[in-house]
Amino acid sequence: MTNNCDTCPIHNTESLRKLGVNMNTYDFVIALAGNPNVGKSTVFNNITGLRQHTGNWPGKTVVRAEGGFSFSGKRYKVVDLPGTYSLLSLTTDEEVARDFILFGRPDVTVVVIDATRLERNLNLALQVLQITDRVVICVNLIDEAKRKGIVIDQRTLSRELGVPVILTAARQNTGMKDLLNSIHDVATGKYICKPFRIRNEPNKLKKAIDKLSTQLESEYNDLPNARWIAMRLLEGDRRIISALKNDEFKKFVNENNIKQNQTL
Amino acid sequence: MNIEKENRIESILKNANNLRWEIDEDFHDSIIEALYQDANRIADKSIIKSDKQPRFNVDRAIDRIVTSRLWGFPIMLLLLSIIFWVTIEGANVPSAFLFSILIDTFHPALKSFGTTVGFPWWLNGFLFDGAYLAMAWVISVMLPPMAIFFPIFTLLEDYGYLPRVAFNMDSLFRKVGAHGKMALTMAMGYGCNAAGIVATRIIDSPRERLIAIITNNFSLCNGRWPTQILIASIFIGTLAPAHFAGIISAAAVVSVVLIGIAFVFIVSFGLSKTILKGETSAFSLELPPYRPPRILRTLYTSLIDRTLIVLWRAVIFAIPAGVVIWLLSNISIADQSIAQYLISFMNPFGLLLGLNGVILLAYIIAIPANEIVIPTVLMLTVLVTGMAGIGSGTGVIFELNSTADTALILQAGGWTILTGINLMLFSLLHNPCSTTLYTIYRETKSVKWTTISAVLPILLGFIVCFFVALIWKLF
Repeated sequence: MTNNCDTCPIHNTESLRKLGVNMNTYDFVIALAGNPNVGKSTVFNNITGLRQHTGNWPGKTVVRAEGGFSFSGKRYKVVDLPGTYSLLSLTTDEEVARDFILFGRPDVTVVVIDATRLERNLNLALQVLQITDRVVICVNLIDEAKRKGIVIDQRTLSRELGVPVILTAARQNTGMKDLLNSIHDVATGKYICKPFRIRNEPNKLKKAIDKLSTQLESEYNDLPNARWIAMRLLEGDRRIISALKNDEFKKFVNENNIKQNQTL
Repeated sequence: MNIEKENRIESILKNANNLRWEIDEDFHDSIIEALYQDANRIADKSIIKSDKQPRFNVDRAIDRIVTSRLWGFPIMLLLLSIIFWVTIEGANVPSAFLFSILIDTFHPALKSFGTTVGFPWWLNGFLFDGAYLAMAWVISVMLPPMAIFFPIFTLLEDYGYLPRVAFNMDSLFRKVGAHGKMALTMAMGYGCNAAGIVATRIIDSPRERLIAIITNNFSLCNGRWPTQILIASIFIGTLAPAHFAGIISAAAVVSVVLIGIAFVFIVSFGLSKTILKGETSAFSLELPPYRPPRILRTLYTSLIDRTLIVLWRAVIFAIPAGVVIWLLSNISIADQSIAQYLISFMNPFGLLLGLNGVILLAYIIAIPANEIVIPTVLMLTVLVTGMAGIGSGTGVIFELNSTADTALILQAGGWTILTGINLMLFSLLHNPCSTTLYTIYRETKSVKWTTISAVLPILLGFIVCFFVALIWKLF
């Protein structure tokens, strides 16, 4: 007889266990990304039961914090990344965030965005969608948005972005169970993301990227996102160029790949 | 890397360079533009209802006052003074309560327990007069002010006031060639300098980040607040009528904070004109909406996480330091303890700075943790002046129930108001603690900058104390 409880979403939402930092083994790695001061650390604290310092100013989290929870029988490790406005320029905190999303290859990247500043926050979300497929968008601070008379159409946003969108107010504990369900669905492959990608790349650019990425892939067989790296090379990204010259890609992957470190 | 691979990578890079010529020059901009357009389009589609101006905008109204040219700074000072005043006034009662339990009750009980069990005198002294008393002192002096200061500060932070401070200070920082975000890292430094130094990662330019790292030490940290508050109450508060004492002491501490901020500007200016020359970079700072703090949650978090963690660190460092103090004052060579030798050796230099040998020795013993400077000073003073009837034996860190008693001891040890003032200044201007220095090294990966961060403040401390003493003696 099959256990119906396992497939019932109501049962699953009751099975959250906050594991704090006590994570020895885990099934999935979750990254939390987003603009500064949108409540990433609050979401992090809410699902891990940890008390990472939060405060109402941009730039509190400068190093990545790690914690964990278990949900629906799977164990998740959560990494709270520094808040950034973009992934395309090169400040230390942006580098930490970008390197982890690109080289750490989290199973799900949760992009936390501010409901009251949707347009600007979407810039970063779109950049993340160019790098990785498995994304859940967490539109946080809907309570503040409501006060300002802003209502967000969850379905339209989700359809446009091609990934799950959840409306939350992490401080009030609103929507967190839905968020966990979505993370679970994406991590286990129940929800297949079809992320929004920039269309209408000029033909020449597309060809150039194709050429370079093939070359890169033949050199490094486990490169996370060769097309994205190829584009950075075309733009003359100094960090990526010097990483290539000094053969540091392996190092990047190792530094950021907490799954691999676990087995060492 | 072998040569073959090197060649292949060289060819990838060359390829990238060649391809770059083939594609449009401004393709980076066009990609970013495309992203922005998409973001705009998707946002427009997904926002159902948005009345741009719903009603009276409270945030804007508050900002107009707290970031105004006229009121910005006075409001900052007023808030700061209120926080200190509440901390100083509020900490007295719980401090006295903790003393009576930990020191008046537990300490004699532990000693007599040691005697009953049959510990030799040195073990009894080592354990209970050294390690236990240092720990008890740190807990009773530090816990109450921290338990008041941290929650208030955190509430202000959660409400969203800190970015407004940064906004107010930005133009000043720009004038001295530093980064406006330094106001935020400075604010972190008021909690703990090591944390402040890690926080400088939010500053992009390496030059401005180094300035922020070197000057972070001028933000008084947790370990130094109690010193400042105690010395201010003893030497400056007692000059005023009793009911004003709290306000006057708070004003003295605020002055030290302001002197610290002045040094941040002076040193930043000096650095950016000499060894760290360069342009000031522009940055955008978001003023987040004011968010009503969740008071109970904040109280809980700041008590459990901030207060107890800082306290724990202090206790960890206080125990070995207590042992060192006990040993220094109990091991004697030719009738004089090592502590006495060291003090008389450093005394002339100390007096020149308007301090004394005791203070200098206390600072050396307390390098790992600034928190224990004051107990060490008191203990060493008693040792040198040989006052009878106070304290409970050689090398025992003790505490007195009233600041008046403490003042009596210090005056017997040759302390004057000058010593008090210079101790406050020296506590502001001296090398960072060992944890902070290690953090600076880890963040800069440079022995040179770590050395500069250590030597520069202590030199400044010597110079400032020397001139204050000189001017004091002239008048």
